[in-house]
Amino acid sequence: MRYSLFSLARQALRGHRDWQPVWRDAAPQASYDIIIVGGGGHGLATAYYLAKEHGIRKIAVLEKGWIGSGNAGRNTTIIRSNYLLPGNEPFYEWSMKLWEGLEQDLNYNTMVSQRGVLNLYHSDAQRDAFARRGNAMRLAGADAELLDADAVRRMLPFLDFDNARFPIKGGLLQRRGGTARHDAVVWGYARGASARGVDIIQNCEVTGFVRDGDRITGVTTTRGTIQAGKVGLAVAGSSSRVAEYAGLRLPIESHVLQAFVSEAIKPLIPGVVTFGAGHFYISQSDKGGLVFGGDIDGYNSYAQRGNLPTVEDVCEGGMALMPAIGRVRMLRSWGGLVDMSMDGSPIIDRTPLQGLYLNAGWCYGGFKATPGSGWCFAHLLARDEPHPVASAYRLDRFATGHLIDEKGQGAQPNLH
Amino acid sequence: MMPDSNRLASGGLIDRSKTIGFSFDGRSYRGYAGDTLASALLANDVRLVGRSFKYHRPRGIMTAGPEEPNALVELRAGARREPNTRATTIALFDGLEAWSQNRWPSLRYDVGAINWLLSPLFVAGFYYKTFMWPAAFWEKVYEPAIRRAAGLGRASGEADPDTYEKINAFCDVLIIGGGAAGLAAALAAGRSGARIMLCDEDCTLGGRLNSDLGEVDGRPGADWARHVTAELEALPNVRILSRTSVFGVYDGGTYGALERVSDHLAEPQPHQSRQRYWKIVAKRAVLASGAIERPIVFGGNDRPGVMMAAGVRSYLNRYAVKPGRRAAVYTGCDDAWTTAFDLARSGVTVTAIIDHRATVAPQLRAEATRLAIPVHLGADVTQTRGGRRGLQAITLRRADGREQGLPVDLLAMSAGWSPHLALTTHLGHRPRWSEAHAAFVPDALPPGMSVAGAAAGAFGLAEALRQGTALGTAAAEATGFAITAAPAPRADDEPIALAPFWHLGSSSKAFIDFQHDVTSADVALAAREGFRSVELLKRYTTLGMATDQGKTSNINGQAMMAELTGRSMAEIGTTMFRAPATPVAIGALAGHHRGRDFRPTRLTAGHGWAEQSNASFVEAGAWLRAQWFAQPGETDWLTTVSREVRDVRSKVGVCDVSTLGKIDVQGSDAGTFLDRVYINMFSTLPVGKTRYGVMLREDGLVMDDGTAARFAPDHYVVSTTTANAAKVMQHLEHARQVLWPELDVQLVSVTEQWSQYSIAGPGARQLLDRLLGDVVDVSDAALPYLGCVEFTWRDVPARLFRVSFSGELGYEIAVPAQYGDAAIRAIMEAGAEFGIIPYGTEALGVMRIEKGHVAGNEINGTTTAADLGLGRMMSQKKDYIGRVLAHRPGLTDPDRPTLVGLRPINPMARLRAGAHMLALGAAPTTENDEGYVTSIAFSPALGHWIGLALVKRGPARHGERMRAYDPVRDGDTEVELVSPVFIDPQGARLHG
Amino acid sequence: MRIPCPFCGERDVSEFAYHGDTAKRPDPATDDGQRRFFEAVYLRDNPAGPHRELWYHAQGCRSWLIVTRDVRTHEVLGAALATRGAA
Repeated sequence: MRYSLFSLARQALRGHRDWQPVWRDAAPQASYDIIIVGGGGHGLATAYYLAKEHGIRKIAVLEKGWIGSGNAGRNTTIIRSNYLLPGNEPFYEWSMKLWEGLEQDLNYNTMVSQRGVLNLYHSDAQRDAFARRGNAMRLAGADAELLDADAVRRMLPFLDFDNARFPIKGGLLQRRGGTARHDAVVWGYARGASARGVDIIQNCEVTGFVRDGDRITGVTTTRGTIQAGKVGLAVAGSSSRVAEYAGLRLPIESHVLQAFVSEAIKPLIPGVVTFGAGHFYISQSDKGGLVFGGDIDGYNSYAQRGNLPTVEDVCEGGMALMPAIGRVRMLRSWGGLVDMSMDGSPIIDRTPLQGLYLNAGWCYGGFKATPGSGWCFAHLLARDEPHPVASAYRLDRFATGHLIDEKGQGAQPNLH
Repeated sequence: MMPDSNRLASGGLIDRSKTIGFSFDGRSYRGYAGDTLASALLANDVRLVGRSFKYHRPRGIMTAGPEEPNALVELRAGARREPNTRATTIALFDGLEAWSQNRWPSLRYDVGAINWLLSPLFVAGFYYKTFMWPAAFWEKVYEPAIRRAAGLGRASGEADPDTYEKINAFCDVLIIGGGAAGLAAALAAGRSGARIMLCDEDCTLGGRLNSDLGEVDGRPGADWARHVTAELEALPNVRILSRTSVFGVYDGGTYGALERVSDHLAEPQPHQSRQRYWKIVAKRAVLASGAIERPIVFGGNDRPGVMMAAGVRSYLNRYAVKPGRRAAVYTGCDDAWTTAFDLARSGVTVTAIIDHRATVAPQLRAEATRLAIPVHLGADVTQTRGGRRGLQAITLRRADGREQGLPVDLLAMSAGWSPHLALTTHLGHRPRWSEAHAAFVPDALPPGMSVAGAAAGAFGLAEALRQGTALGTAAAEATGFAITAAPAPRADDEPIALAPFWHLGSSSKAFIDFQHDVTSADVALAAREGFRSVELLKRYTTLGMATDQGKTSNINGQAMMAELTGRSMAEIGTTMFRAPATPVAIGALAGHHRGRDFRPTRLTAGHGWAEQSNASFVEAGAWLRAQWFAQPGETDWLTTVSREVRDVRSKVGVCDVSTLGKIDVQGSDAGTFLDRVYINMFSTLPVGKTRYGVMLREDGLVMDDGTAARFAPDHYVVSTTTANAAKVMQHLEHARQVLWPELDVQLVSVTEQWSQYSIAGPGARQLLDRLLGDVVDVSDAALPYLGCVEFTWRDVPARLFRVSFSGELGYEIAVPAQYGDAAIRAIMEAGAEFGIIPYGTEALGVMRIEKGHVAGNEINGTTTAADLGLGRMMSQKKDYIGRVLAHRPGLTDPDRPTLVGLRPINPMARLRAGAHMLALGAAPTTENDEGYVTSIAFSPALGHWIGLALVKRGPARHGERMRAYDPVRDGDTEVELVSPVFIDPQGARLHG
Repeated sequence: MRIPCPFCGERDVSEFAYHGDTAKRPDPATDDGQRRFFEAVYLRDNPAGPHRELWYHAQGCRSWLIVTRDVRTHEVLGAALATRGAA
């Protein structure tokens, strides 16, 4: 059923009795052309674009729990394309363009809200680094503006301008950045994929691969063995565990990233703001909660929860930046299990095993990449060649030294 | 209406001798010490206190505790305004000011209530299906409207004027909750001598004992709680934290708690914090957090006047307030009958006890008969009716199916109790469904935690006391303290019987999540649309995501979903509870780390002198460094900096370089060790010499640069950049302890121990000769370029290095930090006749750029030694950290951006760092991007701007013209690629 | 999370800096040195279970520690000085 105000009104008159499931809860068939492991945003987007853009017929998405139960539902919902390096920026800008048309494409309101992303700077060196970034964005066709302190003050008068340890000197603004409703992205892609015949199979955990020599020909799951022409992994957070079933070691550590939301309040913060002298970023959801976060806890973890030092660090950053939130209460925290790669950038590539493809290493920034990642992974799976904007995301770049290291921290994932 | 008209003539735990004035929505009222805002409002017959989130339904006070979903207010005014504050937990103080939320223009006449007419449209997730057309309208029209409508209270928008504290504490046994079970546990464990901390949310220990009339050890429960509190307070090993919520469980027996130090006052006393955040490390914990009463889902169950049964008892017994005049009780649980009895005894007319069950214990019926309360078994409430002031009548459906209206202004409801077990799940442990309790009960527990009382499903008083005693004893024993067995406190109540029931079919809205306006119809829609997992249900309907964190709503929503999808409660499970278990002010978690105290400020020993010398300072990591020293008449920084550069290059200048990292390296293998961490050789460095060195990370990229000076065969002093001092120390300790523990070498950071000043310029040697001539020979023969010497100067050890960052004849002198101030004053005094000037980091930067020296802008973690023009330093004779991986093809690609100098074609043009390098005429695209400008400076010597850049094949392109493209600053400058060494390429000045 | 430093005693995690797994530095002299260094520097087992890892007591005694920790539960199973426990 097509969604619109008219269909909603029609259903309202009937007590909303005729709404159908948003996606089919499918049972596994014996074989598929392509199996996507992982029913998060990236996996579902991949399936959607495989069906829609490449006309692949038999596709399954296997999800060990319920769809969107991983990082798709545990992020701070920020979308942006403010990257520095040529390996990254064109990809994220392509993803941003997909966000801009997503609701009409999916006929599902994912609440893409381009209220702006502002990265504050606090020194001349940081200003120049942001200028370099902004210029790189402009070269890739993205929007970027470098603001001075007065312009920032006009936008966000309640920041601490006058008593700060690290005074705000300005910011890099991407007006097209903003937020989207994370769960809706999952549901929208699931609905679109399901309508195009993709089998979305929940509570189906992959336990191994079916191999024929160096070729992967299927997966074993908690719901039986399923044959596949190709298998794509989109299981960020668990990439190493699943790849290990195929005997692969990855350039990835699993870490915990905490995020926080406050009680709902009337509108205070218009867009997304990041603090440049500490690790803190914040936005306000349409429901009114302040959504904020900071650094990863910094140690390997599969626990989906973190500890107090990071909570304190994040709140300190928040109070240093905007002391007006002191009396606003933190309502919930959660921990995402993130794939921290060795240069802080993702991998979308073939693997040494024929028929097995990898989409991994999204660090703490996978949400904004969801449409682009799905688009490019679908391209790779369908055509066996990388999409031009994702061609740098090679698995062998660590061996060859063609790194994409935005922060320059090297092979130290907890510092990216 | 008479003020205080609902107050009982006697009883309660309030202090009637202390009258307190307060206001709500601008009207003045009076209450008593011991009241909460909620009890005082009810005492004054204020029943309408808020509007709901989505439909703007009138809402009143539903509970008497922290689980309150409806009665949220804005507390205080001005910068201290706190939105979404639960009236049920606000201790009344004189002058308290509270305002209702989410209504306009007033609580009574709220325009938003028109949403009610659209409520058939506003079902769960309606916004996912609409607002898509036209696309541009989302940000401009739809979303702003949604955002304005959403949210509840308003933040002040001003900086929080109060302060917060953080404190660490350690104990043997932490007891969470000071109700019957917690007090019994504290008593048992406290008598053993173990270090006990007892945290309780309330201002008075006792929990339900303060609200119920049951007896313990033969005295009223509240009395017993006072008595036990006194005993505990007398024990030196017991620390009681009242008004303190334990909000989170973390690894290693760490608990987060929030103490509300002065929230019960109008404002904090001078020098008193508002709240104190405790980080408690406990060997054992006893969780005695009680239970939360469950509402019943039926039509119109949200009206002001529909209250939780136990909450009603709290108002009657603790606050001496009648929440209504004509009441009914609706339940499926024995416990709520007590509410009916207490109401009747307090003089409230109880028109009916309506119990969903067909049979109940005979003694309950007997008591009801004695109190002349009509009883309806197998009956339900199907509908409520009301006006602006709330409930006026209910519709009773009897066992025989007949319905009848009952005029009441108070309906006390209870579907039973759910253990408040959030803290048992914070480390990922899941509760288990218990049919016997009709509730989720704790199962696997965090290490060291046990659960006592209602939190463990022991809903009866006697059992809670027994469990508390047993678990308090066990916890103390587990931490090594002997217990002399004492009997558990006694109570003689009966276990509570209940039959679980969740909701009734209803033609009107039956609320599950009151604050978020989630109804039974929303849950049904979620089931229909496939959101059947409890987690999807939560996300789709927002069930349990309001400020009450689903305390009263989750279980009912989950139960309804289980029923709709034919699954058991055990199968469907529950959503995860996550910290904080109760909302915590962000300011409290930040403590004093805000404003200028956000991070520590490091000052060098010469800071005071620099201040006196009119320095402007700049943050360099945690340090403050002098950026420049303006002289009278200089109006802009560029004039000052250019003057400083000219003076250094023509006379002599001094710069505080104490912030650079200094690491003392000693041991017989010190030279071997440095050979392995630097790309160049240091074992061959003669004693009395200094050498520039570069360190790589193991991945082959440059980590840091600096010098190492050798003062003895087994003693080097390594310098690092300011920014990387700690990182290099960690790296070297890693190499020493992890990679090569067999080497005889020791490291210690001495950054803070030495003050160091760079003295540069043609007059540097004369100055030093004047200053030190009597103790050390500074002639070129005795101390040639890169020489170093240790000596004693004015009875203190000192070091002199002949090094230069500026390209001038230069030295660095180091003295112990406590003499840093004296040293800079002595240098300035000795230099006066040579025209010495102090210079700051900007002039330092200009001169290093003029010399083509790399710094942090170039050593940015993505450059190789070869990129920086330092490839020749990479030794072929030895292994060192980073050597192997530096030879990967991606790092040796000749196309890599490499260091080059820049000169603007138009000598007036300004260069800017961060511009990208494009070939002339090339379109500005990512594909055509050939590098970027890393550093820029105005060179006073050359009279124009200069720059350093990393450009593809840069060194091979000297003389080529390119564009420095800088659209974010409207800059587009034509430049020539030149050698990065702009001044004195032969180094004549250096060796002078 | 608390780490039992063999030198200082049990301390809060905030005093420590994390490094990662305990991969040995390969012998630089072998023919396939680049492959072996690549594997040691970049590839990780990343197990969901007990994990041997290096921590640095940055705000304490500056010892490097080999900590064994279950990364599913954050339970610390043991800690030893790296100088002693490197074997």
